[in-house]
Amino acid sequence: MIRLVTDDLRPPGDPPKRHLLSVGDLTRDDVERLLGTARTFETSLERHVKKLPTLKGHLIVNLFYESSTRTSSSFELAAKRLSADTLSVKSVGSSVDKGESLKDTALTLGAYDPDVIVIRHPQIGAPQLVARVTEAHVVNAGDGKHQHPTQALLDLYTLREEFGRLEGLHVAIVGDALHSRVARSLLQAFALVGIRATLVGPPALLPRELPAETTTDIEAIRDADAVYVLRMQNERMEPGANFVPSLREYTARWGITPERLRPGQKVMHPGPMNRGVEIDSSVADSPDSLIARQVRSGLVVRMAVLYDVLTGGPVGVQALAAAEVA
Amino acid sequence: MLWQRELPAADLVIRGARVLDPTEGIDASLDVRIDGGTIAEVAEHVDANGHRVVEAAGLVLAPAFVDPHVHLRTPGREDEETVASGTAAAAAGGYCAILAMPNTDPVVDSAATLGALVEAARREAEVPVGFLAAITRGQRGEELTEMGELAETGAVAFSDDGMPVSSAGLMRRALQYASSTDRPLALHCEEPTLSHGGHVHEGRVAAELGFAGYPSVAESVAVERDLALARYESGRVHVLHLSAVESVDALRRAREAGVAASGEATPHHLVLTDDAVRSLDPNVKMNPPLRAEQDRIALLEAVRDGTIEAIATDHAPHAAHEKDVPFEAAPFGVTGLETAFAVLHTHLVAPGVLPLETLLERMSAGPARVFGLDRPRVATGARANLVLLDLEREWTVGEQPFRSRSDNSWLLGSRLKGAVHMTLAGGAVAFE
Repeated sequence: MIRLVTDDLRPPGDPPKRHLLSVGDLTRDDVERLLGTARTFETSLERHVKKLPTLKGHLIVNLFYESSTRTSSSFELAAKRLSADTLSVKSVGSSVDKGESLKDTALTLGAYDPDVIVIRHPQIGAPQLVARVTEAHVVNAGDGKHQHPTQALLDLYTLREEFGRLEGLHVAIVGDALHSRVARSLLQAFALVGIRATLVGPPALLPRELPAETTTDIEAIRDADAVYVLRMQNERMEPGANFVPSLREYTARWGITPERLRPGQKVMHPGPMNRGVEIDSSVADSPDSLIARQVRSGLVVRMAVLYDVLTGGPVGVQALAAAEVA
Repeated sequence: MLWQRELPAADLVIRGARVLDPTEGIDASLDVRIDGGTIAEVAEHVDANGHRVVEAAGLVLAPAFVDPHVHLRTPGREDEETVASGTAAAAAGGYCAILAMPNTDPVVDSAATLGALVEAARREAEVPVGFLAAITRGQRGEELTEMGELAETGAVAFSDDGMPVSSAGLMRRALQYASSTDRPLALHCEEPTLSHGGHVHEGRVAAELGFAGYPSVAESVAVERDLALARYESGRVHVLHLSAVESVDALRRAREAGVAASGEATPHHLVLTDDAVRSLDPNVKMNPPLRAEQDRIALLEAVRDGTIEAIATDHAPHAAHEKDVPFEAAPFGVTGLETAFAVLHTHLVAPGVLPLETLLERMSAGPARVFGLDRPRVATGARANLVLLDLEREWTVGEQPFRSRSDNSWLLGSRLKGAVHMTLAGGAVAFE
């Protein structure tokens, strides 16, 4: 199809399958429903037997082309807590090592009729390609510098648990926004629920023309309810790129230290952290750090996402109880 | 400088078409008789003389198109395009002449490689085709090619398209030496230290989607540099695939200052902006990238006022398996020969943005002038290089298979208004 400036770029009508590819695809209602479902699942995890039969008989494939601890383990555990079968494929040690294309890998895994494919890939748009060539529901677990929608959802969940609300909060996002899919997803998610965002970081790491409040002045974090620290992405820094003169100088000017925070100001980080670079160890381990809570939120939010793409409806305590009886 | 396989010379009468040759100042309902491939008579009524008669009432007969920027992928990637398939695609698009870029494998940097291409063209080209040779050996940007011998073998111009000459000193030497061959340099202007790793115009879309940015300034600093060198050396340069407002401004200033500089724009840069990239479709990935609306408007304005003399497709075929990958992994480039007129007619002429006469001039006389080719024209005694256009016909791209070996068109599935009815190239019927 021709895509003109004025054209609506999305194909008309509802997509045939429910996917979670980008925060941009979600409405505020979707977010509310997903957070509500996650809350319900959190309650269920407080019970003695933590496993729910909800997705029994479903196959969930985790296809990871990038290393990951939190995301891959929480997706796997989320699927298991919901009684789904899981299959984890990592690029290392698979046919990807032999040069198999993403399309062919997706077609191969698609032949097992998975209900959901969770994919992490270093290239933007990889989840869209998998959604195009397979029949599965696709959940984006991070594609290049583009999107990481479940991270944004779990951060909203964490913020609501902490503050009891989302609308009207102010969050400062500090660090390498240019290379951060987390920052991009957060900005969209924050806009959706009415959180004010300020991006803070070195000039070359603030993307040009991004519709967001940006500043290079670290003092700007003072007004925020929470400071969201981004990972300084060494692995994406080409040698000689000179985004910043040195990590040492970065830490001196933008590192989050106790001195830069107000007492009681909350701190978040998507992990993995470079302690001593973008975040001081004492900040990461302080009672005002929400970092461990984010990890726990990740589990219940991913349970909610898997449940939601497969069933498309809200989940109530009664429905859960009924499922348990069955 | 152009080669074509032997085809039967046309004996034909085209009756009742609206004959439109802006350069000759013709716009009238006329008959045209072609004897042995040459236009013999243009009049209100001509006798058939036993020739086949093409009833063309309601159609437009114009000088056929000239594409100065085509990738035929031969030698090296004949799975993507050959001289035969690329020129067949050109014929279907209304072209009577195309110029092929030398960034093949091996690079067209020696008389031997160029000679083999000329032979291939004599065997299989459906429309006349000419070849550019590289500026530097292997397009490595280190040593000049033997431009004298290449020009004698038939090189129309020199270009390191796809691999910008990054050394200013070497570009100066190229300008100096090329002047002795009376051939222009066709310049891919890109400062690689600014574009490095970029896939998408550095603007709001790249920022939102997370693509590494390829800023406008990566093009415009190279344009400014090369125009300054051309001015200093009194060289002749043609700036390929302009994309940014700053580059267009630089070209306009240089031309006003008397520099022998020309420029071209592609249909995709004239119709699309980087907003199209939101689809993540690898068929909107090209170098230079689609830019912002202000850039598109500047290109249109330059096409209108003649600062940009040529419309070029930058027809860049790619194998399906190479484009069926995530956007960042896909190669740059899209096909264009078979859709150029139709898409520009649909989106620029039909809505009244660009006069039909201007489009026809920029697709034919303009590029012919830039590269010193015979201008296709509707005139007695001229070789028949004509296109018969049906401006009313609507069609869907991809419904009929492409004649190109590749189908990486950004227009797949699009409905277009305006179609090529017949092409005469080099005196022969090349398409109908």
